Amino acid sequence: MTTAKNQTVARAPAAPTTRSPLTSALLNRRLWLGVLGWTLALVIFFPIFWMIVTGFKTEAEAIADPSLIFSPTLENYAEVQSRAGYAKFALNSVVVAFGSTLLALLIAIPAAYSMAFLPTKRTKGTLLWMLSTKMLPPVGVLVPIYLLFRDTGLLDTRTGLVIVYTLMNLPIVVWMLYTFFKDMPKDILEAGRMDGAGTLQEVIYLLLPLTLPGIASTGLLAVILSWNEAFWSLNLTSSQAAPLTAYIASFSSPEGLFWAKLSAASTMAIAPILIFGWLTQKQMVRGLTFGAVK
Amino acid sequence: MATLELKQITKSFDDTHVIKGVDLEVNDREFVVFVGPSGCGKSTLMRMIAGLESATSGDILIDGARMNEVGPADRGLAMVFQSYALYPHMTVEDNMGFSMRLAGVSKDKRREKVLEAAKILQLEPLLDRKPKALSGGQRQRVAIGRAIVRNPSIFLFDEPLSNLDAALRVQMRIELARLHEELDATMIYVTHDQIEAMTMADKIVVLQSGEVEQVGSPMELYHHPRNRFVAGFIGSPKMNFIDVELVSSDAEGVTIKLPGGETRQVPIDGAAHASGGALELGVRPEHLVLDEQGPMEGRIQVLERLGGQTSLYVQMGDNLLTIMADGDVAYRVNDSVRFGFSSDRAHLFDADGLSLAKLHRHPLAGLRRQDNRAPSDTVDQ
Repeated sequence: MTTAKNQTVARAPAAPTTRSPLTSALLNRRLWLGVLGWTLALVIFFPIFWMIVTGFKTEAEAIADPSLIFSPTLENYAEVQSRAGYAKFALNSVVVAFGSTLLALLIAIPAAYSMAFLPTKRTKGTLLWMLSTKMLPPVGVLVPIYLLFRDTGLLDTRTGLVIVYTLMNLPIVVWMLYTFFKDMPKDILEAGRMDGAGTLQEVIYLLLPLTLPGIASTGLLAVILSWNEAFWSLNLTSSQAAPLTAYIASFSSPEGLFWAKLSAASTMAIAPILIFGWLTQKQMVRGLTFGAVK
Repeated sequence: MATLELKQITKSFDDTHVIKGVDLEVNDREFVVFVGPSGCGKSTLMRMIAGLESATSGDILIDGARMNEVGPADRGLAMVFQSYALYPHMTVEDNMGFSMRLAGVSKDKRREKVLEAAKILQLEPLLDRKPKALSGGQRQRVAIGRAIVRNPSIFLFDEPLSNLDAALRVQMRIELARLHEELDATMIYVTHDQIEAMTMADKIVVLQSGEVEQVGSPMELYHHPRNRFVAGFIGSPKMNFIDVELVSSDAEGVTIKLPGGETRQVPIDGAAHASGGALELGVRPEHLVLDEQGPMEGRIQVLERLGGQTSLYVQMGDNLLTIMADGDVAYRVNDSVRFGFSSDRAHLFDADGLSLAKLHRHPLAGLRRQDNRAPSDTVDQ
C-alpha cells in the first residue's frame, strides 16, 4: 500500500517528459504506416499506369525495353476506334452491369429483410450456404449453363448476361444488405408498425431511406463486379451482347498480340468504371464502414 | 372509453416460458404500471398488448373485443419506446405526422393535429428539427407527441424514462402525470423503477418470472404486500427481513420471539400457524426505530448521512439491516445500537414467503391517485 503510494508520488513529476517520446513513437508509427500504404497503393496502381502509358506508344516502343521516354501518339486509339465499335460494347457493358445490379437489389432487399428481421433457425446456415456458392469455380458450371443458355436462346443476349451476373452477385449483395439491415434499430421499424405501416411501407419509408448509404455502396460494388466480369461474358457472348471485356479480348486473339492497341482498348474499357468509382468513392467507403463507425 | 383485459395470456419462445398465464383487468382512464426486475416479462407483456409480439395462448380484449389477430396499428393503441425510436431522417413534424401520412390524411389536417399535440408538449419551436438536433428530454417529448396525435384509446410506455438523467426523469414523471390528467386516457407503463411505479400508478402490477405477484394500488402494495417478493420490491430502501419464532397467537395478534430473545406482539393473524414455527419478520427501514430500550441490538457498519435523514446499516447476526433514522443522530460507525419497530407496521412471512394477513387494514390502502387532489383542483384543470 505505502510503496504503491510512493511510486505514484515519485512518478507524477516525470509524467510530462514521458509524453514526448510517446508522441514521437506515435508519429513514427504513422509515418511508417503512411509509407506502407502508399507503397501498396502504387504497386496496385502500377499495372494500370503502365497500361495507360503503353496505350500512347507505338507498337515497336511497346515491345522494346520499358521506358518512360517516348513521343506519345494517339494512333492506337484511332485505329482501335476505326476497327471495332467501342460504343456498342460500352453500351452493352452499361446495360448489363446496371441491369444486373438493379435486378440483384430487387431480389436481395426482400431476402435480406426477411433474414435480418424475421430470422429462423436456418437463417445463418442459409447465408453461409449462399456465400459458399461463391467458392465454386465458375468453370465448373460452364457447360451446364452454356447448354441451358443454348436451349433457351439466351446465348449472346444481354438478358442472358444480366441473369448470370445477377446470380453471380446475389450472395454478396444479400450478405451486405443483411449486415446493413441488421444495424438498423428494430424499434424504429416497430414504431412504424405501430403507426400503421405495412411491410411495404415500412421498407419504402423507413428501411430504405435509413440504409441508403449501405444499399448504394452495395449497388456500386455490384456494378463494378459486373463491369469487370470476363469469364462469363467471353464464353456466353460473341457479337450482339458482348461487353467491354470481350472488346479487350478481341484485340489479343485474331491478329496476334498488339500490346499498344490492346492497352489503348483496355484503357478505354476501364475508363468509365474508373471515373465512376472515383466519383462514388466517398459513398463506397461510407457504405463499407457503415456498421463499424456506429 | 378504453378498457383492457388479459385472460390467461402465455408466451413461450421454444421451450422458454416467458409469460405464464397472466390475468389482468385495466379500467378506463387508469394509469397502470407493470413493474418487476429485468427479465420478469413486463416488456414482453406490453409488446403482446401492442401487437408487436403474438400471444402463445390466451385472449387480449380491448373494450371487450378480442384483439389477438388484429395488427398493431388497428388496435387503437400508441406506444412510446424506451429508445424513443424516432425516425431519424424525418423532422419532428414529420415524425409526429407519420401515422396520419400513412393513413392518407391531407397535409393541412396533419399540420393542424401536429400543432395541437406540439402545443401540449411545448414542442412548437422544434417542429422543423431532426431528432439528432434534440436533447434527450425533447426526443422523449416528440415520441410522446407521436403517440398523442394518433389519438389512441390506450397509451403504452415501455420504460420511457430510463435513458434520461435523474433530474430530467423527475421532471418527465411529473409531466407524464399531468398528461394523464389532461388527456384522460388509459395508460400502461412499464418500468423496473419502483419509485416511478409508486408515484404515477393508479394500479401497480408486480411481475416476477412471467407471473403476476400482486395487483393493487401503490399504498395497498406498500402496506399489504402479498408475499416476500412484493414486500422487498416495493419501497426504498428495501424492507428488512429478520428470522423470528412464533410463540403464540390469539385474537390480539401473534407473539413472536426476536433474535435477542425478547418477545413482541404484532397485530397479525397467526391462527393458521403452529407455535414454535419459524417465520420471517419484515420491517421497512423507516419503521425500525432507534430505542435504548429496544428489543434488538446490532453494530453499525456503514452510516450514510443524507441531511434530513441518516441511513444506518446495522449488522445483527447474519443480517445487515437498514434503519432510516433522524438526520441528526449522533452515532458513529462501529457503535452498538439498540432498536425496536412499530408493531402495527410489521409484516410476517411464512416459510413459503407468503404474507400472514394483518388484523387491521391500513386506512390508506384503498387510496387512489385521484383522491390526493382537492375537489376544486379537478374543476380548474
